[in-house]
Amino acid sequence: MLILLDNRSNICIFLHISSAHLKQNMPRIMSDDDLKHALAELALAHRDQLGGLLPLLHAVQKQYGFIPEICAVTVAPIFRLSTAEVDGVISFYHQFKRQPQGKHRVQICRAEACQANGCRSLEQFSKDYLQLDFGESSTDGLISLDSVYCLGLCSHGPAVRVDDELFVQVDQDKMKTIIRELSS
Amino acid sequence: MTRKIYIPADSCAIALGANDVATTLRSTLGTDFTFVRNGSRGLFWLEPLVEIDSDQGRIAYGPIRPGDIDDTFIQALRNAGEHPLCLGLTEDIPQLKCQQRLSFARLGIIDPLDIDDYIAHGGFDGLHKALSLSAQEIVDEVQTSGLRGRGGAAFPTGIKWQTVLSTEAPQKYIVCNADEGDSGTFADRLMMEGDPFCLIEGMIIAGLAVGADTGFIYLRSEYPRAATQLQKAIDIAYNKGLLGNRIAGSDQRFHLELRIGAEAYICGEETSLLRSLEGKRGMVSAKPPIPAICGLLEQPTIVNNVITLASVPFILVEGGEHYESFGLGRSRGSLAFQLAGNIQRGGLYEFAFGLSLRELVFDLAGGCRHGEARAIQIGGPLGAYLPESLWDTQLDYEAFAEIGAGIGHGGIVLFNDEVDLSQQARFAMEFCAAESCGKCTPCRIGSTRGVEVMDRIIARQSSEQHLTLLDDLCDTMELGSLCAMGSMTVIPVRSAKKHFPEDFHSEAKPHD
Repeated sequence: MLILLDNRSNICIFLHISSAHLKQNMPRIMSDDDLKHALAELALAHRDQLGGLLPLLHAVQKQYGFIPEICAVTVAPIFRLSTAEVDGVISFYHQFKRQPQGKHRVQICRAEACQANGCRSLEQFSKDYLQLDFGESSTDGLISLDSVYCLGLCSHGPAVRVDDELFVQVDQDKMKTIIRELSS
Repeated sequence: MTRKIYIPADSCAIALGANDVATTLRSTLGTDFTFVRNGSRGLFWLEPLVEIDSDQGRIAYGPIRPGDIDDTFIQALRNAGEHPLCLGLTEDIPQLKCQQRLSFARLGIIDPLDIDDYIAHGGFDGLHKALSLSAQEIVDEVQTSGLRGRGGAAFPTGIKWQTVLSTEAPQKYIVCNADEGDSGTFADRLMMEGDPFCLIEGMIIAGLAVGADTGFIYLRSEYPRAATQLQKAIDIAYNKGLLGNRIAGSDQRFHLELRIGAEAYICGEETSLLRSLEGKRGMVSAKPPIPAICGLLEQPTIVNNVITLASVPFILVEGGEHYESFGLGRSRGSLAFQLAGNIQRGGLYEFAFGLSLRELVFDLAGGCRHGEARAIQIGGPLGAYLPESLWDTQLDYEAFAEIGAGIGHGGIVLFNDEVDLSQQARFAMEFCAAESCGKCTPCRIGSTRGVEVMDRIIARQSSEQHLTLLDDLCDTMELGSLCAMGSMTVIPVRSAKKHFPEDFHSEAKPHD
């Protein structure tokens, strides 16, 4: 059990968390209690913000690369929500990931304007080349492949986003170059 | 004062190499010139577009790829002189010169984050005007302008504002819908990256108009650069006293916060967006109650698209009647059309309503980049696919409603003759299945069944029977879904089937 003191309201928050909830893949340097503590700290920072749960989940994902399984049960009492409610929010949005992700996220736009410029074949090529389906990560932990519906680069498709970098008019050769540069 | 060289720092320009161009030019010409990273003019086929000040005005060069920068080019640029890539005066580029840039008047001209540059180009004049008016007078001005929501639904903005103004409540909110998820659209992105203060100004005016002191911009996370630009612009506006407790030295206050979505197309629907802003699942809710009466945290809330809000400063400065003098019928003012897909000269084309689709797509934007044009989808993933016989339709809301289509957010996607419309119909269903919030069964399950039916039609299995089933399914989705996601997914499906039947019928197998 973890006891956390909330300075603003001077109440103690009791967190009953089984360590079995912890993702095995969490960095070894962080103990169960440390993770719970860190998540609760983040949650407290967002608790009084209007609609603070979404910004909190963004912060958690930014910090850990994904939403650790114990996140919902840890932050729910702080937001006065049930674990199921928090879980429901996490599962609703494509961006929130429940498994560790690759170091780089490669997203291929699948929307109509990119289809008009050949993204269907780029999609298939990329899946074959990386041997990944959308939503999967490479075994070496380097790349996660995802689809995206529109990056707003619709006159120059196919468009690809790698982390926060954008690419346009991506053909197979350009995709190979992008992947090669991520690997080196 | 050193002369200025302008190189856009817009997402599309950067993806086409603008940052490399800027680095190279800075290292070569750095001491002799001032470098401005402006927004894009929206002429994407010319990006990266490099401009330099001259006595006549700005001279443009483009598209400039890093490999184009050699001694000859540097020499030409230095003197604003001739070069094979020289386009002459920027304002004389034919596709720009003929435009009616009202809302996008400053796009590509100013440094987006230089608030003094914004002010020098008429920025915050609309706000100062608004501060001299009563709330009702501001709303009246917007009513007079005939402005309708530019996000897609085209609801009269003045009526929405009047409703919020007339509703008594302890707290009211202004929410900017910046969840521009429609394929083929990028006008919001251009505005947020290229003229973010214009949106901020529009939101402050909206706050003054209805008595709301708090605003949120709900921005999709697929736009990373718009997020950094907006956040910087908000910080600058606070420092300059244009946001906060005493706007521009008045006794009015307005606070503005940027919120980022998390990849959910449905959050562009206003009730879904509001739930997301409240930190919940983005589930759609039935209207009434409408957000103007019962919105964010159940308080009266204006939810307006980026361009709607960014059109307001112009209306305040020039007057509602002036804005209303553009356009025709019930479609007043201008719309920022976005030309996309397989298109020669793709980009932003702001015009008063009234051009024909053909004039815009072919006469101005040059038609397909490769192959022969076959279909145009207008209005995003929930918009109709139109065959050549309908390309002479006049671009206004009513004319498009008459042909069973919509202009939506003004995104126009051109397809060449390689397109298979049965695959596009399948994709419409697939997209709906992926992005439905799940509240209404016809949308949630119907879209999945739609993909299956389309798969059978594409495989030519009992085509007639499945085409009938598809019609039936479309009726169910249209009539049984709360919001546009389910009810309008049928528009691309039906239009593809109606206008391109050859892609759905041919070569039925003998045993069918």
